[in-house]
Amino acid sequence: MSTLVLLLFTGLGLGALYFLVAAGLSLIYGLMGVLNFAHGAFLTLGAFTGWEIARRTGGDNWWTFLLSLLVGAVAGALFAAFTEFVLIRRLYQRHIEQVLVTVGLSLAAVALFDGIWGTDPVFIQGPAWFKETTDILGARIPNDRFICIIAAVLVLLALVFFLKNTRYGMIIRAGVENRSMVTALGIDVRKAFTLVFTIGGAAAGLGGVLASHYFGYVSPLLGGSLLIFAFIVTVIGGLGSLTGAAVAAVAVAVLQQFANFYLGGTGDFVVVLALALVLLFRPSGLLGRTS
Amino acid sequence: MTAAEEERSIAPAPILRIDGLTAHIAGQQVVEDVSFTVPATGITALLGRNGVGKTSTIKAIIGLIDRTGTVELDGVRVDREPTYKIIRSGVGYVPEDREVFSKLTVAENLRLAERDAAPRRQLVEELFPDLLARSGQMAGTLSGGQQQMVSLARALLNTNKILLVDEPTKGLAPKIVAEVAETLAEAAKTVPILLVEQNLQVVRQLAEGAVVLSGGRVVHTGNALDFLNDDGLTQRLLGVSTEAAHTEAAHTEAAHTASAQTPAPAEKGAAL
Amino acid sequence: MTTETDATETQDAHGATGGTPAGSRRRAANRGAAEGTHDGGRAPLRLTRGKVVGAAVGIAGVVLLILLPLLNLSLPGVLPGPTYTPGSLQLLAMCMLMAAAALTYHLLLGVAGLLSFGHALYFGAGVYGLAIILQNLDIPLLPAMGLTLLVVIVLAHVVGSISLKVSGIPFAMVTLAFAQAGSVVVGRNPEGITGGDEGLTLRTNNLPDFLVGVANTRNLYWLALAVLVAVFVIVTWVQSSRAGHVAAAVRENELRVRVLGLQPYLVKLLIFVVSAVLVCIIGMVFLLLQSGAVPRAVSADLTITLLVMVVLGGVGSRWGAVIGGVFYTILDQRLTTLANSDAIDALPEILRIPLSEPLFILGTLFILVVLFLPGGLTGAAQRLARRRTRRGGDRVQKSREILEEAA
Repeated sequence: MSTLVLLLFTGLGLGALYFLVAAGLSLIYGLMGVLNFAHGAFLTLGAFTGWEIARRTGGDNWWTFLLSLLVGAVAGALFAAFTEFVLIRRLYQRHIEQVLVTVGLSLAAVALFDGIWGTDPVFIQGPAWFKETTDILGARIPNDRFICIIAAVLVLLALVFFLKNTRYGMIIRAGVENRSMVTALGIDVRKAFTLVFTIGGAAAGLGGVLASHYFGYVSPLLGGSLLIFAFIVTVIGGLGSLTGAAVAAVAVAVLQQFANFYLGGTGDFVVVLALALVLLFRPSGLLGRTS
Repeated sequence: MTAAEEERSIAPAPILRIDGLTAHIAGQQVVEDVSFTVPATGITALLGRNGVGKTSTIKAIIGLIDRTGTVELDGVRVDREPTYKIIRSGVGYVPEDREVFSKLTVAENLRLAERDAAPRRQLVEELFPDLLARSGQMAGTLSGGQQQMVSLARALLNTNKILLVDEPTKGLAPKIVAEVAETLAEAAKTVPILLVEQNLQVVRQLAEGAVVLSGGRVVHTGNALDFLNDDGLTQRLLGVSTEAAHTEAAHTEAAHTASAQTPAPAEKGAAL
Repeated sequence: MTTETDATETQDAHGATGGTPAGSRRRAANRGAAEGTHDGGRAPLRLTRGKVVGAAVGIAGVVLLILLPLLNLSLPGVLPGPTYTPGSLQLLAMCMLMAAAALTYHLLLGVAGLLSFGHALYFGAGVYGLAIILQNLDIPLLPAMGLTLLVVIVLAHVVGSISLKVSGIPFAMVTLAFAQAGSVVVGRNPEGITGGDEGLTLRTNNLPDFLVGVANTRNLYWLALAVLVAVFVIVTWVQSSRAGHVAAAVRENELRVRVLGLQPYLVKLLIFVVSAVLVCIIGMVFLLLQSGAVPRAVSADLTITLLVMVVLGGVGSRWGAVIGGVFYTILDQRLTTLANSDAIDALPEILRIPLSEPLFILGTLFILVVLFLPGGLTGAAQRLARRRTRRGGDRVQKSREILEEAA
């Protein structure tokens, strides 16, 4: 029983990270049709800037941690907004070329991170409480898992509130459904493009800081490895669906943890297998638009 | 009535002038060097068989598909502008198949469309009392007729120089068709309309001018009633006899070449 | 053959009814397909002057490349030494293998309009498959290669038939996920057979002597050249075959092809599998040349490298893929040398860090090409040539169309 609970919470923590990456990916794809390969770089930049903050201000207190979350999110958001404004926008409606540009950007960015911070993982320290565990039903859960879960839930709630209750949220929802009709109502949908990139970048940057605490280190490859699972999550959840991304993130991560433990480290294959099954029987994803 | 119409037809400044409009979809030419004008009052019908490029022409006017040529709105060239700016310069667009946002509520659909500082909410509420009652409902769960009301309401909320209305009665029950026609007639009192419509009964009731397309080109322009009353002309250009105008005969395979040589397919078409 | 008859029949049927808009649209579709088959039948006969010159230059180039290991030529700044030295031959052989791999990617993207992010899976399967078989089974090289090919043919069918359920961007994501699974296997090192991060060293016991050792680098060079020429010929053949024409038609308008009763899915799968088999063979030669397998051979980075090569050279062009492959490989090698040079070391940090990362420069270059040089290097060259002769360029347009159609 305690193993089950431990696996569940570890899975939820990992799922929280997947969600923070996948949320932006899914919104960006849903609204703009762009598969953003640079999303992992947003995350890595967030993780490194968060680490710099922790390193410079003495990494083991809560204020530093909260500050690093904020700075990481802002760094991710700025990088993402820059990407949309300078690179993506020039290639309006050229989806594949937009993908290619993000591929080039992710190559260049990861190489630059290599150059600045080195290729080896750098280890990170958080508040002492992170290293402690909490007892739930006999399982000793590392506390950093809870932080990831809480943060992801807050981001999900904030995003849902934003999408439901603001004009831009409405434009984004309408744009995911039918972008050309939004422009045909006299709305400049490109502003919404910059906005979803910025939001997605902020979530990824936040995810980067949390991931560095979850894994205990930062490396230039951190973003890329999470990105691939985030891709799988967005396809399974249904491209463009925020709730789909949330459900699939948890499902994929928990499945991965259980398979890793009970099926001899086969978590990654089980996830790819799940992807294959979803594609065979429901190609538009769990909560995707059925067309 | 006819005297008034003649006066209008010689009134000089058209609200919309299309010149040499050409458009492609996926490499295929769908609109070919189309030129016509829409007068500043009343309803002008854009007619033609299915698939001749009526919808594409409308979409090309507001830049929803790639096109070349001149589009002049109220004397100002707008074809270099992005779609949203063309719309903001005073175009109301009611697309084919309504295109309401199905996962947004009725109220949200309408709020999204408001672009004037003082949108005419009251007018819309008077015209479509049904929508007020359903404002919290997802637009995707509405009936076809109600969705058409939402789509029309989105255009009527703002003050426009012209309305582009694409097949507003498509697939609707006769009673709803009459309601839509009434709404359009009401709207036409204040704003000129370019109307794509398959239901020739509705065209007869509403339209003053007519522009007829065939194979992506303009093949006839003139007074709508004169055109509809010329049985030979409608037979040739729309493939229907106006006697049977309200049946969906326009959808049949009755081609003018075929009907000239072998009458059999045309009969079969009329039966359908 | 049957499909062709079908097409003609439908065309006749519509010719009889004619005149309706729907009919004329369908006739246009038939016309497109008919032209396609027309091209297919005529292509070998239609020898323009340009094609003759191109073929002549190609043959002369191949002859020169064959003779290269026997010559003493120096290309300072490009090759590390004279052309007969193993170091230079190794680099040239690598260029040719990468060019060949880029050609197989061209088959996916440029011919079938499939944006795959999982091509490295088949390259890696060739590299690791052969290395593992040679390591663990006592069989000669050719049967070992045959066995590896068999595995890859099955793998490509399974992955291809699932991934092709979706198209466009989702296809890219799904192929990436499958390739990632392969990459994970290699990294996990099950039962110690892949060597994990360290990779595998090629076991040479069962290899023919002429392929082993630095002294025989020129034999491997000739092998790589043979592979490049063979892949080029096969890709050209596939492209001008019936399947190639159907694939191109599918890329332009899938619905149109379906209306004609053809099977876009099967044609795409065929091209997917052919491309996988070819890149697997290239992977096996790569293993012999490198005398070892490293995890990078099956990573997403490798697929992205191939994609970058194809785009740099010019999407939709065979020569573009070859030029892109050679250009990228040499540039990568040169930049790595540059990164370790004293000149860079002496620069202030703000210049030193970016310049000492070859991938930063290559990534930036790639972005600039996508933004400002649509049609890649071949497109730019053609535009220059056209400007001189005052004719409009269509290379660029074609590249852009292919990319849009892959979406």
